[in-house]
Amino acid sequence: MATIPADRTPSTIPTKSKFRWDDGIFRSLTTAAGGAVLAIVIITAYQLVTGSLPALEKEGLGFLTGSSWNVGEELFGSLPFVWGTTISSILALVLGGSIGVMLSAFLVELAPKWLLKPIGFLVDLLAAIPSIIYGLWGILVLIPFLRERVFPEIHAVFGWTGLFGEKSTGTGLLTAGIVLAIMIIPTVAAITREVLLVVPRNMRDGALALGANRTEALKTVMLPYASGGILGALILGLGRALGETMAVAMVIGNSATIESDLFKPAASLASNIATEFGEAGPLQKSALIGLGLILFILALALNFAARMLVARVRRKSGVQ
Amino acid sequence: MLQYSTAMVQTVLSETDERFELPKIRAEKVDFHYGSFHALKDVNIAMPSHRVTALIGPSGCGKSTFLRCINRMNDLIDGSKLTGKLLVDGSDIYAPGVDPVALRKHIGMVFQKPNPFPMSIYDNIAYGPRIHGIRKKAELDIIVERCLSKSFLWNEVKDKLSQSALALSGGQQQRLCIARTMAVDPQVILMDEPCSALDPVATMRIEDLIAELKTQFTIVIVTHNMQQAQRAADYTAFFMLGELVEFNTTREMFLNPQEKRTMDYISGRFG
Ligand SMILES: Nc1ncnc2c1ncn2[C@@H]1O[C@H](COP(=O)(O)OP(=O)(O)O)[C@@H](O)[C@H]1O
Ligand SMILES: [Mg+2]
Repeated sequence: MATIPADRTPSTIPTKSKFRWDDGIFRSLTTAAGGAVLAIVIITAYQLVTGSLPALEKEGLGFLTGSSWNVGEELFGSLPFVWGTTISSILALVLGGSIGVMLSAFLVELAPKWLLKPIGFLVDLLAAIPSIIYGLWGILVLIPFLRERVFPEIHAVFGWTGLFGEKSTGTGLLTAGIVLAIMIIPTVAAITREVLLVVPRNMRDGALALGANRTEALKTVMLPYASGGILGALILGLGRALGETMAVAMVIGNSATIESDLFKPAASLASNIATEFGEAGPLQKSALIGLGLILFILALALNFAARMLVARVRRKSGVQ
Repeated sequence: MLQYSTAMVQTVLSETDERFELPKIRAEKVDFHYGSFHALKDVNIAMPSHRVTALIGPSGCGKSTFLRCINRMNDLIDGSKLTGKLLVDGSDIYAPGVDPVALRKHIGMVFQKPNPFPMSIYDNIAYGPRIHGIRKKAELDIIVERCLSKSFLWNEVKDKLSQSALALSGGQQQRLCIARTMAVDPQVILMDEPCSALDPVATMRIEDLIAELKTQFTIVIVTHNMQQAQRAADYTAFFMLGELVEFNTTREMFLNPQEKRTMDYISGRFG
C-alpha cells in the first residue's frame, strides 16, 4: 500500500487576502453612489409629502376622490388629472407600443437586411427630438390634420360608441395619446430590437425546420422567447408617457374635466403642474405638489409591477 | 469497444444488402457556395430509404452544409447558391416552384444543440401540428403521446407535460426535439451532431432511438464520432474539404476503405 507523505508545512497557499487600497476606494465610491440614489428617492418622497400636506389636510380623502378642480373656489380634486394621465398613457401604450414592437419585429426578421441600419437610425433619432418640438409639431401639423381629416371619419364610423364625439377642436385626450405614442415608439422599438436580436438563432431555425414560415416563426417562437424583454420595453415606454409634460400640455387642451369623449380636451397630472405652478397661490401650490406625489407613486408602482410581471413571464416560459 | 463495434457491424451486414436499396435522397453534381466560398464540390451520392446514413469528416469539411442543403435551410443565408440537382424521391427539391417551407414539413431536422422552444413540453410537440393546421385537442393529445413514447420520453414526462421544456436535462431536451420533429410526420430526419452536447448515457439513448426510428424514417446523421457512425449507421459518407471522398456501407467503409484519405481519417491520422 502506498504511504501518503505528511503535508509540507507551512502551506504555501495564502490564507489572508492582501489589502488593496484601490479596491477599497472603488468600493466606497460605488457604495456612496448607491446610497446617494436611495437618499434622493427618499428626500423627494419626503418633500412631496410635506409639500402637499396643507392641501391634503384641507381636502382630506377628497383630494384623491374629488372630480372637480376649481382654483377660485379652492376645490382640489385630483381625479381629472389621474384620468387624463391614465387614459392618454394607455392610448400611447396601445398605439405606440404595438407600432414599436411590430416595427422592430419587421426590421429584425422580415425586412431585407440593409434596411435594419438606416431605419433603426431614424427611429433612434425620434428619441433625440426634444419634447417641445413634438408639442409644436402637434399644434402646427397634427391638430389641424386630425381635426379636418381624421376625427370626422372616426366619428362617422365609431361615433355610436360615445368615445368619439362630433365636435372637436383637435386638442384632447386622443391627440395627446397620439403624440405620446410617437414619442414612445423609439423606446419600445429600440429595446424590442435588442431583445429580438439576441434570441438564439436556433430558436428560429427550429421553427423553420418544422415547416413554419418566417412570420410564424417570429410570432410563435421568437416573440414569446423575447416576451420578458418586450414587456420591459413597453413598461419603459409607459413610464415615459406617464411623466411626459411639455408635449402633452401643448396638445391636450388643459381642461380639468372627465369626459368619455376622447376628442374632448382634458389635462394630465404633469401637464397641469406645468401650466398652473408658475402663478399658483400657496394652497394651490401645495395641491399641485400633491399631484406630483400621485405621479411619483404611480411611477413607482408601475416600476414595481413591471418587475414582477417580467419575472413572472420569464419564469413561466423558463427563459432566464 | 472494438469488439462491440464489430458485432454491430455484423448485424448491420445481415440486414443491409445494398443491391436492394431504394434511394431516397440523391445528389447529382451538387456544388454549393457561400458567397465566393466553394463549400461543396461536385457531390454525387444516393442515400437509401429507411436507412441511417452517417456523414463524417474533419470539421469544416461541409457535413453540416450538405445536411442543410437537404431541407433548404441554407436558403436563409444571404449569397448562398446551390447548383446541380438534389432529388428526394426522384424530384428535384431545388426546382423552380418548390416551396422550401412546404418541403421542410417532409424533411425534419434535429440540431447540434438541443433547442426546445420556451414553452411547455406539450406545446413543443404540438407546435408543428398546430402550424400545419391541427387544432383539435384530442388529436393533438394523441400525437403528443405517440411522439413522446416513440422517443422513449413519455414515462419520464407524462406527469409534467405542462411544465417548461427548458427544465428538462440536455439528453431529454434532445429527445424532445426528435419527438417534436416526428410530430409533423416527416419522411426524412436530418441530425447534425445530435449527441455532441450530451453525456455518454444520453448519447446511448439517442443511438437506441435512431435504430428504432429508421423503421419509419430515412435518417441522415452528421457525426464526428467514428464509433457512433459504426454503431448507428448503415451507410457512411466521408467528406473532406467540401468533396465527398468515399461513400459505402459502414461495414465496408471501416473494414476496407478504398481511399487512402479515408483510411488516414478513420485510423485517426488526422482529424
Ligand atoms: N454561413 C456561412 N457563411 C460562410 N461560410 C460558411 C457558413 N457556414 C459554414 N461556412 C464554411 O463552410 C465550410 C463548411 O462548414 P460546415 O458545413 O459547417 O462544416 P462541418 O459541419 O463539416 O464542420 C467551413 O469552412 C465553414 O467555415
Ligand atoms: Mg457541423
